[in-house]
Order: sequence, then structure tokens, then C-alpha cells
Amino acid sequence: MSVAETTMAGPTTAHTFPVPPAIAPERMLSPGQWGMVSFLVSEAALFSTLIVTYIFYLGRDVVGPTPAEALRLPLVLCTTACLLSSSATIHRAEKTLRQGSQFRFLQWWTATIALGAVFLGGTAFEWRDLIERHLTIGRNLFGTTYYTLVGLHAFHVTAGVLVMLIVLGLAIRRQVGAANHAAVGMVSWYWHFVDGVWVVVFTVVYLIGR
Amino acid sequence: MAIVEEPLELARESAAPPWTTVLHNWTTTVDHKKIGIMYVLMALVFLVIGGIEAVLLRWQLFWPRYDFVGPDAFNQLFTMHGTTMVFFMGMPILIGMGNYLVPLMIGTRDMAFPRLNALGFWATLFGGLLVYFSFATGGAPAIGWFAYAPLTERTFARSAATDLWALGLIVSGVGTTTAAVNFIATILGMRAPGMALHRVPFFVWTILWTSVQIVLVLPPLTAGLAMVLLDRNLGAHFFDVQNGGSALLWQHIFWFFGHPEVYILILPVFGMVTEIIPVFARKVLFGYEFMAAATAAIAFISLGVWAHHMFTVGMSRAQDLFFIVSTFLISIPTGIKFFNWLATMYGGRISFASPMLFCIGFLSMFLIGGLTGIMLGAAPFDFQLQDTYFLIGHFHFVLIGGTLFGVMAGIHYWYPKVTGRMLSERLARWQFWLLYVGFLLTFGTMHITGVLGMPRRIYTYDADRGWALLNQLTTLGAIIQVPSFIILVYNLFASLRHGRPAGDDPWDAWTLEWSTTSPPPAYNFEVIPTVHSRRPLWDLKHPDDPDWQYE
Amino acid sequence: MIALLLANADGPTQNLSIFDPASPPAESIRQLSVLVLAITAFIFIAVEGILIYSIVRFRRRGATATGEPPQVYGSKPIEIAWTAAPALVVFVLVLVSARTLWEVNVPPPQPRERDNTLFATVVGRQWWWEYTYDHYNGRALGFTTANELHVPVSEEGIPRPVFLTLKSADVCHSFWVPRLAGKTDLIPGRINSMWFQTDRTGLYLGQCAEYCGTQHANMLLRVYVDTPDKFEHWLELQQKDRWPDKDDPRLRDERVRAGEKAFLAQSCINCHAVRGTPAKGTYAPDLTHLMSRRTLASGMIPNDPDDRPLDDLKGSKLLEWVADPQPIKPGCLMPSFGLGDRKRGDIVRYLLTLR
Repeated sequence: MSVAETTMAGPTTAHTFPVPPAIAPERMLSPGQWGMVSFLVSEAALFSTLIVTYIFYLGRDVVGPTPAEALRLPLVLCTTACLLSSSATIHRAEKTLRQGSQFRFLQWWTATIALGAVFLGGTAFEWRDLIERHLTIGRNLFGTTYYTLVGLHAFHVTAGVLVMLIVLGLAIRRQVGAANHAAVGMVSWYWHFVDGVWVVVFTVVYLIGR
Repeated sequence: MAIVEEPLELARESAAPPWTTVLHNWTTTVDHKKIGIMYVLMALVFLVIGGIEAVLLRWQLFWPRYDFVGPDAFNQLFTMHGTTMVFFMGMPILIGMGNYLVPLMIGTRDMAFPRLNALGFWATLFGGLLVYFSFATGGAPAIGWFAYAPLTERTFARSAATDLWALGLIVSGVGTTTAAVNFIATILGMRAPGMALHRVPFFVWTILWTSVQIVLVLPPLTAGLAMVLLDRNLGAHFFDVQNGGSALLWQHIFWFFGHPEVYILILPVFGMVTEIIPVFARKVLFGYEFMAAATAAIAFISLGVWAHHMFTVGMSRAQDLFFIVSTFLISIPTGIKFFNWLATMYGGRISFASPMLFCIGFLSMFLIGGLTGIMLGAAPFDFQLQDTYFLIGHFHFVLIGGTLFGVMAGIHYWYPKVTGRMLSERLARWQFWLLYVGFLLTFGTMHITGVLGMPRRIYTYDADRGWALLNQLTTLGAIIQVPSFIILVYNLFASLRHGRPAGDDPWDAWTLEWSTTSPPPAYNFEVIPTVHSRRPLWDLKHPDDPDWQYE
Repeated sequence: MIALLLANADGPTQNLSIFDPASPPAESIRQLSVLVLAITAFIFIAVEGILIYSIVRFRRRGATATGEPPQVYGSKPIEIAWTAAPALVVFVLVLVSARTLWEVNVPPPQPRERDNTLFATVVGRQWWWEYTYDHYNGRALGFTTANELHVPVSEEGIPRPVFLTLKSADVCHSFWVPRLAGKTDLIPGRINSMWFQTDRTGLYLGQCAEYCGTQHANMLLRVYVDTPDKFEHWLELQQKDRWPDKDDPRLRDERVRAGEKAFLAQSCINCHAVRGTPAKGTYAPDLTHLMSRRTLASGMIPNDPDDRPLDDLKGSKLLEWVADPQPIKPGCLMPSFGLGDRKRGDIVRYLLTLR
């Protein structure tokens, strides 16, 4: 016997029982949205630990190279521009999906993936250059903290790109539409987060820390 | 023809399924109830293993200069005992009970992400197996459960054990974090109509805040463990002092996780006890709002007390003072909870079935653990007591007296719901008293041993230190506790067959889980209920005097 | 209870109780602890009392439940009261803790002429203690010894504080002699400091209090508090390099000479130092005045008496240690060298002359 039924079926005596007030509807996020929010909070905690460690170890190297000596801005500025614009493209992709425009969605979504891939490629290029100039993870504290922090971020970008590729595949098979735009929304929240983290990492590593 | 064939079909279906089918069911399940049970079973197995490790430790310390186990084995044993009890017993059992109960308590059919739920369980289990695999590779880690750097660097810990330890904890940490994400999404997004956040059962509220803590502090641990692995395997210098690395950085990162961790281990228990005491005192919880606020305060303040584990590392007096203040502050909301529990009992009609017996054990013991915690918060006093047996006594009072007794209360309370059978009250009483007495003897004595100068983590001591008798009493207490756990395991399994049938609501309780059958059907509720107060079943049983008229 | 247990001797018992302080920081802590214990005891009695009272007074009587008791949902004034009272207690505790903290954690002064202060540096190593004496009474010292710390006693009107600088050569350790002071950790890469002083001569025991590996349990501390004269005499001896004390007839024994040769030719000198000889190792305890120490292996086993006859090495712990340290202190970083009987005996005879 369910609770609802018992509430409604009153006794057949002359006694009348009090009636509860009406239930005010709650404005809630969906479970999926709450899930993504809490996941992103955990990711923020993860990155914060590494960022704090990076800042703590600035200037404590026993041997070179220092960030000022090793880091070069031009390439990173380009990749950063790509990553930040990918936030804009994914936003547009989401919008077009909600409007029901499948083809435009595919265009903007692919653009986002491409920009993400360019970011990753640029990072790989930058790392190859750094390693050639003798900055490795074992070289000094800067190498240790730099590769760990930027590497973890790049790993997150990679994961995001992979998920977006999966969504792209599903979209091409017409399984992504206005009806399930919420799931795509969750991917875009993740992507915006990854971009946000990059803003902080870029500022700390390439601007403040040099 | 159809009429003749049907009865045969029905007969085949009602025969017990083969064990392969049962195994397949359980290993592929995404049902929160089955996953919850698996978490609890995993925790019980690791409880026994961790307990054996503890008994071995205690036996070695029975005589001065005894050589039952050598230093290396002893150091591995205390490392594994701590790691096991915290990560593979404490958290899984609470997450498991939360998994089982939360959807039932909030009136929904499953957790928000059932497949993620299953992933979380298997990751937790796999992490535990990874850590224990180290025994097969030449020895378990001997670094202590909080693994202070640079003892974990490859120079000082040469074998693969430390790598397995770090990796295993990363994997099970992922499992724990996914469980927390699931709880938050479920509790915030899937409550039954009418169950506003200020009306959830208290256990649900504590699981929510526990999950918030997990989400905030497990990742820093993961980051720290990754740093250890990078140092050991890729030549990184996070904790490499020769190259500018800092041993203290590990301590800060670890304890930033480690202190909230102990609140993660106690908040759900506060929730359980808060469900049970009102039912057995036959009175509504006194001061729900203040209890709820206190829970949130504890969760929040617990993020700012971590360096009270580091009072002796030589921080400045101002830094010490900050942590003295925050540590003392957290005792205020904890005290509030205590008073509210007592106020709930006061004026009630208290019966002493096993869940309530364990709650009283919890109250009496956790009080002591909390008070010794206050003593340790007075930093200069901690300069003497840190890293001694006094500290071991303190944290076992809060972890066993608090967490374990509370979990026992919860197990005895909800077992009938999960299995449809009552546990044996007689066995439960034997278990309780053996545990209570043995526990007091072991851990009460430790406070004295610590005050008399015995530090922790020593595999032996000289006869002229005056600690021998105290250690013997401590070990005796451990031996008294052993049959208590045997009785528990026996009770849990024997009652499956011989326990009295429980019915839907054996305790005359008031929250939604008691409105389903025992055990509940796979879909939990035929119709999702609508609630109007914190005690929906009280409203049903007392339609003339419903809760929603008062709160 | 504590006194009873203290009196229950399993043999002559050493005193390591934190409630029997012999030095100002330990005494300050004891005073704080009395106040804290009093407050917590009061809270315990009150709360546990209410618990027991509630269980007894409000237990269900009679088999039939006669309806539910009055449901009390809460009371804001009561909640505020029992939030305010603990807050007040917390406030008091913070104040007394802060006061004691400032009393106990005193930063070290600079050494000055005739300051009657001893400055020494402690380096924690797996699993022994290295002591370098820096300054006493304004005089620079600069010698290194191991495992037994000697300090001067304070007298009426003449305090003789000891300031220790704490460092580590490997992992985290902790210096804890309960009757003298609270513990302070030795953290690699970091310099910590602590102080104590006492007006009672004698031997004070303690041990490492931060898990540091296999033999953490046997990293024992022995602090000898000597009269000022005895301490000065000890300083004078320790400051000398090891060079033949020409009055010691044992030095003319050819086995001792052979032992010295063997010692200097073996890998002993890679780790150990004997000032005044080519042995300059810094990894292991300084042996220059080995025989002035009463224990070996960081307090684990008794050292031989320094006038032990060279012909009778039976039962010599020093010989046992040099032969193979591992059975005594398994896992310690000194290996067994597989020396032959003769060579081993000679080396030990040489060591016996290191007064």
C-alpha cells in the first residue's frame, strides 16, 4: 500500500482530520546538472591543489632553467586564443542545437573540436621545444610543477575532445537533437570549466610566475 | 497445448536460480540496494582483515623486547591497519549504507546515476585489492597510513609497495568521489514531492554534507598521491628535499584531506544516530534546524583545522594559534548536537533494543573522544601528547566509539528492512557488552600509556619504561573484542535464515523507508509518495496530530 | 590510578611522565593541562550524568505502550544557551592555550659572553642522534658527538638554558624527552628550535616520536644533566681530538695498533669519524670519544666500561655490534662486514681506547 493512497483514503468516521497545505513547487537543477556541478567542484579542488603547489614552489629551484628563461609567450598566446574561442563556438553549437538546426550544430561542434585539437597540438609542440632545451619533469622544481599542472590540464582537454568526438559521432547518426540537448549542455559546462582553469593556469604560469 | 505447457514454465521459473545467474546479477547490478549491500560486505571483510592486523600488533607489544613480529613486519602491519580501516572499511560501509537508504528515504527509485554508482563500488574494491596486492610483491608499504614525505621517496621506500599503495588509493578515491557526486545529484535533484531540503531525514542531510566534503577534499589527496608517484617513478621533485622540495607540503596537502576525512567518517553516523534515537525515545528530534545548521557548520569549519595535526612541526605561534581557534570552534556545533540528542531522550519513553543500546554506547564513548580532542586542541598540551598512545586512544574513541558503534546501531536498525528478518537481540547484547568492555580497556588504558611517555608506531619498548603492564591490559582488551566481532558476523548470517520475520515497520518508525516491504521491491515504491513533514509516517499514524502543524 | 601504575614496578622503572616536569616548558604545559583536564572533566560529568539520568528516568515502563510522549520540536532560547556556554568555554581555552604557547615556544637568542647558555645542533638520522655543540657560555665549541646529550644543570640564581637547533639529514623525526619539554619535529630542509632547562641533575630519557622507518622504535634519547663542573670537564674532554693519550698503556699493545691500522684501512672510515686520524666520515656516529658513552646503538645496548681489559672480550656488546649489528638492530644502516675473528677483536680493542 503506497503512502499516497493512504493519505487520500480517509476514515469513515465523523472526525475530519487536518489537511496539509499545498506543496510549493521547487525550482531545481536536474540531477544531471547537479552531478556535473559537483564533479566540476571536485575538479576545481584538484586543480587548486596543483596551482597552490606551483605557486608555493616558485623561486625555490636549486638549478635552472627558471620560468622566465624557459617559457616563451607567442605560441602559448595563440593556443590560449584557440581554447578561449572554442568556448564561444561550443556555446553557439549548443544554441543551434536547441533551435533544432542539426547542420549548424555539427559545424560549430566540429569547430570546437578542431580548436581543442589545435590547443593540444600547440602544447605538444611547446613541450618538445622545452624538452630540447633541457626542461624535463625531473630537471628542477619548475619542471616538476609545470609539467604536472599543464599536463593535467592537457589531459582534461584531451578527455573533453574525446567526449566531443563521441557526441559528434552520435550526432552524425542523428541521435542528438533538441530533445537531449541537456546532455550536450553538460559537455559544454565541462568544456567551459576546462577553459576557465586554463585562464587561471595561464595567468599563474605564464604571466605572474615568470 | 498451451494450457499443459504453462504450469511447467511456472515451475521452472519459481525454482532457485543457479549460482551463476545470481553471481551475474550481483556483478552487473546497478540497483542502489544491491550496490549498498556489496559496499557493506566489502567493508566487513576489510574490518576482519584490519582487525587481525590490529591483534597482531597488540600481541607483539605484549612483552617488552618481544620478537613475535620483527620491526619491518610491525611497520607494515600498522600501515595496513590504518589504511584498511579508513579507506576500505570506514568509508565503504558508510557509503554503502547511504547508497541503500538515501533513495528509499527521499522517496525515489534509485540513485541519480546508477551505472556510475556501480563504477564507484568496483573502483573502491579494486583500489583495496591493489593495495593488498603489495603483500604478494615482497611486502606491504611500511610508511604509516599518512605516509609522511620523504619516507615515501624511492630512497627510503624502495619496493613497489608504496607505488601500489598510492595507486590503490587513487583508484578507490575515484570511486569515493563518484559516490559523493551521485549522492549530491540524487539528494538535490530527486526528492519526492513535498520533501523540501529542510524536510529530509537527518541521515540524508548528513550524507549530503559528507558528500560535499568528499568532493572538496578527496581530490587534494589524489593530487598528493599523484605527486608521490611522480617523484618515485618519473624523477619529479615534489618532496625531494635535496632539490628544494618540501616535506611539509605533503603534510599540509594530506591533512587538508585527512582532517575532513574524519568528519566524513562521523557525519553519516551522526545522521544514523539521529534517526534511531527519536524512534526509541518515541519523541521527535529536538531542534532539527539547529542540528542541521550544526552539521553544515561542522562540514565548513572542518576545512580549516587541518594543521592541528602539525602542531609540532615548528609553525609560527600565530599559525599555531589560528588552528587552536578553529579546532576549538568546531567543538561548539558538535556539542550542540550532543545536547539535542540528550534533549530528544529527555522526557521520552526509552526502550533499549539493540539499535538504541549501540546509540547509548556511541553517546558515552564519542563524548570522551570529543573531550580528548579538545585537550589535544590546546596546542602546548598537544606538544606532549602528539604522536603518543594518548592520541591513538583519542582517535579510536571517536572512530570506534563514534563511527563503529554508530554503524552497529545502524546495522541493527536497518537489517530488518534489508533482509526482512530481525537480528538476534541476545547475540547483539553479547556483542555490545564484549565490544564496550574490551574497547574501554584497550583504548582507555592507552591514554595513560601515552601520558607516561610511550610514542606511537614503535614495535617494541624497554622493560624499564614502566609500560609493560599497561600494554598487557591494552592487548587483553583487544582479545576481549575479538569474540564480539565473531558474534556480529554470525548474527548477520544466521539471522538471514533464523531471524524472526520483520514485517515492513518493526520499530514503529516514521521515515519513508519503513513504508515499503522488507526487503523493498526493486522499484522501491509502487507510487512515488508525497510528503508534508519530516516524519511522513508519523503523519499517517497520527492524522489528528501531524508534524506539519508544528514544523 | 596513575600513581598505582607508576608504583607497579616491573623492575626499576624510569620516569617519562609528562605530569612530572623537570623543566619550565614541561611545567607550563602541565599547568595548562590541569586547567584543560578540569574543564573537560566537568563537562564529562555533567553530560554523561544527564545521559545516565535520562536513560534511567525516562525508560519505558510497562509492557504496553500507552501512546506517545509529548513531542517537543525544539526551543530557540535553549539552543542559544547551549551554544553560548560552550562558546565561552572555548574563549577561555583559547586564551590559556595562547598564553602557554607564547611561554613555551621561545625563539632562540644569540649566544653572548657569559650567558650560561648551551647552544647545540641536533641532526636526526635514521636511527640515531647527532649532536654538534656550538656555544656554551659565549664560547664557541664546534665538536660533534652522538646519541648522548650532556647539558649543565641550572642552579639557584644561575639558570643554564639549553637551546637546541633541530635538523634532519633524511626523513622526519621528533625530539621528545617528556620531562624536559614537549616534542619538536626534525624536518629535512627545515630548521626548528626548542629549549629547556632543569635544576635537577640526572638522566632524562625519551625517544624519537615521529615514525621514521624500520628502527624508529630504537632511536632512543638520553640526556645527561651534569653539575657545572662535571659538564665543563666533559666539554674539555670532548673537544680534544683523538690522539694517543700517552699515559694509556693499552696503546702500546700491538693488537691495538693492528686494530687501528685495520680500522683506517676498512670502509669504517667511509661513515665514521675519529678526530685526529684520517677517519672523517660524517654518515655515522662520531667515534672520537666512543668510550665516554654509556650506551651503543642509540641507547639500545650498554657500552663496554672504558677500562675493560683487552684480554677479556667475552660478553662485550661492542664486539657483538661490530661483528654484526643486524641481530641487535635489524634494518639499521650499518652492515655486517664479515671480518675475521682476529681483525674484529683488534678493531674492538682499538675502539676501546677511544675514551
